[in-house]
Amino acid sequence: MTAAEILSVAAFLEGDHAQAFPSFGSERMGAPVIAFCRVDDKEIRLREPVMTPDALIVQDPTLLHQVDLFSGLDTKGYLLINTTRRYRDLGLGDFVTKFPPHHICTVAASEWAVEFIGKPLPNAAMLGAFSAITRRVKLDSVQAAIRQKFPGELGDKNAAAAGKAYNTIRTN
Amino acid sequence: MLRQMEGSHAVAEAIALCRPEVICAYPITPQTHIVERLSELVQEGEIGNCQYINVESEFAALSVAIGASAAGARAYTATSSQGLLFMTEAVYNASGLGLPIVMTIGNRAIGAPINIWNDHSDSMALRDAGWIQLYAETNQDAVDLHIQAFRLAEQLSVPVMVCEDGFILTHAYERVDMPDLNQVQAYLPPFEPVQILDPADPVTIGAMVGPEAFAEVRYLAHHKHLQAVEVIPQLASEFAKIFGRDSGGLIQQYRSEDAETVIVALGSVVGTIRDVVDEMRDDGVSIGAVKVISFRPFPMLALRAALENAKRVIVVEKAFADGLGGIAVNSVRMALRGLTTPIYTIIAGLGGRAITKASLLRAFGEATRDELDDPHFLDLNWTVIDHELARAKEKRRSGPIAENVLRDLGLVGGKPV
Repeated sequence: MTAAEILSVAAFLEGDHAQAFPSFGSERMGAPVIAFCRVDDKEIRLREPVMTPDALIVQDPTLLHQVDLFSGLDTKGYLLINTTRRYRDLGLGDFVTKFPPHHICTVAASEWAVEFIGKPLPNAAMLGAFSAITRRVKLDSVQAAIRQKFPGELGDKNAAAAGKAYNTIRTN
Repeated sequence: MLRQMEGSHAVAEAIALCRPEVICAYPITPQTHIVERLSELVQEGEIGNCQYINVESEFAALSVAIGASAAGARAYTATSSQGLLFMTEAVYNASGLGLPIVMTIGNRAIGAPINIWNDHSDSMALRDAGWIQLYAETNQDAVDLHIQAFRLAEQLSVPVMVCEDGFILTHAYERVDMPDLNQVQAYLPPFEPVQILDPADPVTIGAMVGPEAFAEVRYLAHHKHLQAVEVIPQLASEFAKIFGRDSGGLIQQYRSEDAETVIVALGSVVGTIRDVVDEMRDDGVSIGAVKVISFRPFPMLALRAALENAKRVIVVEKAFADGLGGIAVNSVRMALRGLTTPIYTIIAGLGGRAITKASLLRAFGEATRDELDDPHFLDLNWTVIDHELARAKEKRRSGPIAENVLRDLGLVGGKPV
């Protein structure tokens, strides 16, 4: 949910309308959570869940074969997965060939989070990667939104993780 | 100032700008973020002279608010679902005593079966408890309606519930134009109670009233609601002057003036309905919508004027009366009494079921061809219902319905018995 919130703030900072909201499952720590974010240049009135996303960010790859994550994702869409493994090792080798290569990426977000923040919280790096592959929001806006959410040193560290993800993907 | 923020935090900050003097709080999902944020704001000294009182239950939350209001303090609380039911006796007392308390309802279903998600069963259960009920479509609405709610409550000495959809609004981050303190203070004068507990000038608030006067006291409460019908639009136009936007009022029309089919709804689903109306209009369907903002008092004349030229009316609502159908629709029928306009009811969004554009398009389409059943339960899974009915018919000890249905759906282990 925090990632959806930060993305909505980043879009807001660029003058867009944005809506971020969760779909909570069970009320317990560690339960799978889906969160949604819509961005538009006009007011967003729709309140239904996002069922056909333009981009899908998978924070926890252990969910890949637990939940049907890809049902609404068009093959023209974007797919980002937080993992250090290869698509083939995730069982997605054939699946990802349907997408334009520059629309998909794996992100070592948890590893970078440990490096920069000291905890495996992948939000910032995933959003940096999202900015890099979709170009829907600028890295600057993502970093500003991160600093707004986490003032001080924590914000700087998260912003650095986002920057690392962004630069790694843009130079690859 | 435009900000991107969570609905609950936007409401908390709006409440803070209204400078309540007593906030009583007991947490319950999905309103908890509101009172959590308010506790921080009080702690940080952001709300002036405000007492934040943690209580042991919802019953205590409203009871303390009643005491505070009777002592002349601007009092606020918030709740949801079973929390509202648990304070029911105090809900009637607050209105019966004419105490201008403002309470947020983060709308949530009522159990059993236990469910934390959104519908309108909670506030609809207490629709006739003497409180004014205002329903928010967006978080901007929620902010603006709370500010108007204090003004309305204190002007008429009647309590007001501001109802906002749990999760859909309370947990949504969206753009909100947050007013500043000067604007709110220009709109909302300091609380001047019509009755106050003052040792120097003692009165009894809550006298026992027998058959000789009870009906008159109750009629005066009815009269207050009739006054509110007049006052609510006035407060909305004063609000527009100071804050620069249209917000509040009794109803709001959307492309309905010349529409053959008019949808009536409350709360956040109106946003989705606006999108559906636009799509159907693009396809040449004559359709529009009316948002009911004030459900109590019910805007009889305004709604009748908005609906009297329609060929059919469809009420979309997130609560229902078992064995009967819709709840809000009965008030709509009352507003249209004497007319022969067909009125359909769509029961939708129960217990957090997503209300999708696709489902509304289908149902509205059927209604415009006069093919919709009434009441219509949107997106029901008939396979599951038929299984359970067959099971119950087959044997006496067919087991708990909720668990049977979950098993049928594969959501809990094992096969249904």
